[in-house]
Amino acid sequence: MDMNTLVLILAATVAAAIPLIFAALGELVVEKSGVLNLGVEGMMVVGAVFAFMTAAETGQLWLAVIVGALAGAGMALMFGFITLSLMANQVATGLALTIFGIGLSAFIGQGYTSVALDGLKEISIPVLSSLPIVGKLLFSYNILVYLAVVAFVGIWWFLYKSRAGLILRAVGESPSSAHALGYRVIRVRYLAVLFGGAMAGVGGAYLSIAYTPLWAEGMTAGRGWIALALVVFATWRPGRVLIGALLFGGVTIAQFHVQGLGVEIPSQFLSMLPYLATIIVLVLISRDAGVIRLNAPASLGQPWHNELH
Amino acid sequence: MSLNAVPPRLELRGITKRYPSVVANQAIDLVVQPGEIHALLGENGAGKSTLMKIVYGVVKPDTGSIFWNGQAVQIRSPAQARALGIGMVFQHFSLFDTLTVAQNIALALDQKQDMQALSARITEVSNRYGLPLEPDRLVHLLSVGERQRVEIVRCLLQEPQLLIMDEPTSVLTPQAVRKLFETLRRLAAEGCSILYISHKLDEIRELCHTATVLRGGKVTGTANPQLESSKSLAELMIGKELPAYQRASTRAVGEPRLVINELSRATTDPFGTSLEQVQLSVHAGEIVGIAGVSGNGQQELLYALSGEQPGQRAEVLIKGQEAGQLDAAGRRSLGLRFVPEERLGRGAVPEMSLELNALLTGYSSSLAQKGWIQYAKIREFSKACIERFNVKAAGSQAAAKSLSGGNVQKYIVGRELMLNPEVLVIAQPTWGVDVGAASFIRQTLLDLSQSGVAVLVISEELDELFEICDRIAVMAGGQLSAAKPVVETSIEEIGLLMGGTHANHASQQRAA
Repeated sequence: MDMNTLVLILAATVAAAIPLIFAALGELVVEKSGVLNLGVEGMMVVGAVFAFMTAAETGQLWLAVIVGALAGAGMALMFGFITLSLMANQVATGLALTIFGIGLSAFIGQGYTSVALDGLKEISIPVLSSLPIVGKLLFSYNILVYLAVVAFVGIWWFLYKSRAGLILRAVGESPSSAHALGYRVIRVRYLAVLFGGAMAGVGGAYLSIAYTPLWAEGMTAGRGWIALALVVFATWRPGRVLIGALLFGGVTIAQFHVQGLGVEIPSQFLSMLPYLATIIVLVLISRDAGVIRLNAPASLGQPWHNELH
Repeated sequence: MSLNAVPPRLELRGITKRYPSVVANQAIDLVVQPGEIHALLGENGAGKSTLMKIVYGVVKPDTGSIFWNGQAVQIRSPAQARALGIGMVFQHFSLFDTLTVAQNIALALDQKQDMQALSARITEVSNRYGLPLEPDRLVHLLSVGERQRVEIVRCLLQEPQLLIMDEPTSVLTPQAVRKLFETLRRLAAEGCSILYISHKLDEIRELCHTATVLRGGKVTGTANPQLESSKSLAELMIGKELPAYQRASTRAVGEPRLVINELSRATTDPFGTSLEQVQLSVHAGEIVGIAGVSGNGQQELLYALSGEQPGQRAEVLIKGQEAGQLDAAGRRSLGLRFVPEERLGRGAVPEMSLELNALLTGYSSSLAQKGWIQYAKIREFSKACIERFNVKAAGSQAAAKSLSGGNVQKYIVGRELMLNPEVLVIAQPTWGVDVGAASFIRQTLLDLSQSGVAVLVISEELDELFEICDRIAVMAGGQLSAAKPVVETSIEEIGLLMGGTHANHASQQRAA
């Protein structure tokens, strides 16, 4: 395999990992606040269809990304209202949200399945993009890829360096203690849930207007579930989420190449590999129970209400 | 009233708070002067905690008014209470285990903090008041006493004028209690008022200037605790005299019923404690107590004794038979009965009725036959238990979680006792139980040992252990000291062992 092929594979790996990075980092923030939203797949696919429709109708791709984020956040708002205000079971509500999202997106996307779209283009940076190898590897992506990097750094800084992030982690660790200190648990959780929905929406938008610029029913293909698994297997640490997402992207791309080489392995088995490999690797690097206890939000999935007023 | 009279620091007038099923506070009046250590005395459920949460802005009163330094105020949130100068140290700590000391403290301060400057201030304030703390340590690595220091320092950094302490000594060694009292006296001398909530009469008599006594949500009296006896305070608190314990002066101690043999367990829980070479035997007809601050290996020992975590055959002997490898049911069939510390969840299924909870441990003793549940027998058993142990419940069909903590405990203790124990292991028998029920449970344990049962009590309450035990051992850092007859030891000596001074001693003994 020559250098150019390798660079191509690596660049394709990054491109394949981006939707997972968005969705999983968003879900990480949600879970750090103590809420388990299993509706990531649904929020992603709704974000994807709304972004695609906006792009197809207006031709404004940046507007499409914003609409995708808002659609994801809208789905998350429903989830938040049901679980945080009405205190329904988070697991059941999240599952319902996914089913609802898949059905809704299929329904409203009916007329768009054969529409062609000029997808989001790589941005060309003078000098840098034309560098050999490095230019292709680091400076040849569309704007959303760079946005994902910004989101990663921002979320890491927010969680571990900012006071607001400290409050969010405190709420996820012990909502009743946080309440006793005077923090507004439900509001913090609402904001986290909305942010998670918007991030999932952007992840979906990336799929439908940049990665494969078309709309197909169920085009998220389980990426929302992988994003959820990534958060858990990465033991709620942003760095490991990033590693897991890149790994998933890498194996996805690698198995395409293997299929292309005509190796006699059933294609179904190869398609399964990215999911299997990601989970195995993350389980192996995250076996330390102490680390899990330290990073897992202790109140995850438990409804909290202020019973004193 | 002269013009230059200093107004009281805090005055409550006619505070009332109703919950759907209970009136927690009814027309409470309370006056706290500047620099005064004011005790709020009462049993569990008397309304002390609700009242303090009202003062701290966590709970909103239905009626009544609050005056702060002479001004009428409405306290709507803890943040507002803190802004006024009210600090609160909670009974169940409101700390975040996975954050550092400094982060925990930063969360309670209202403005954004420079973490470095804050760490320096924490070190300074904590040393000034004799409460040393390391700002960068994670809270889950701290002992219970250290956690309480974090709570106190957190309040002190806000320079409070009123400090509320909710049962602060329930988790401390006697030595740590003395240190805490020094700190509190010093704070009071500097002009800070302290509201001290407790049901421990000796402490209140030693520390407090004034006491307001609550019973059933109402004020039943105000007294100067230094002039009152424990007996008179108890009468105000429970409305009757404290019963005295009856125990036989001489007791025949029989053969060893429960033997723990060089039991070592490495913990898998990163927040747990490993057991090292625990050695103890409990004989028929005696009560042996294990003292110690929680988190020193008691949980791990209980898991090893109950059979929830079986191990080597010879580690545990019940009536001379090797039982270390048996599960909980196997040990029960040898005559072991077990009352865990967590009543709901481990001792009883919260959502199930008391009747079905009887079945949990009684299924092998005629409550079920050939796999069929004998509902009539269960009902009979359950009703007998409720009556004999004076459990306040809405009948034997009531869900376990609908009972108060003390009544669940009475039911669980009663259930185990009615299943004819030969060895009883009981953890925190009176934790969260009111004074009347506590003395009933203690008397029951005394009677039980009198009838020849071997009883092992694991408790944090030293007074309780000294009241009922024949011998006491101390658990510290996963090691158990040799059990000493109560008459040959003292609360001070046990307190020192709880602080961990025996660790070296024990390992030297083993090396020798």
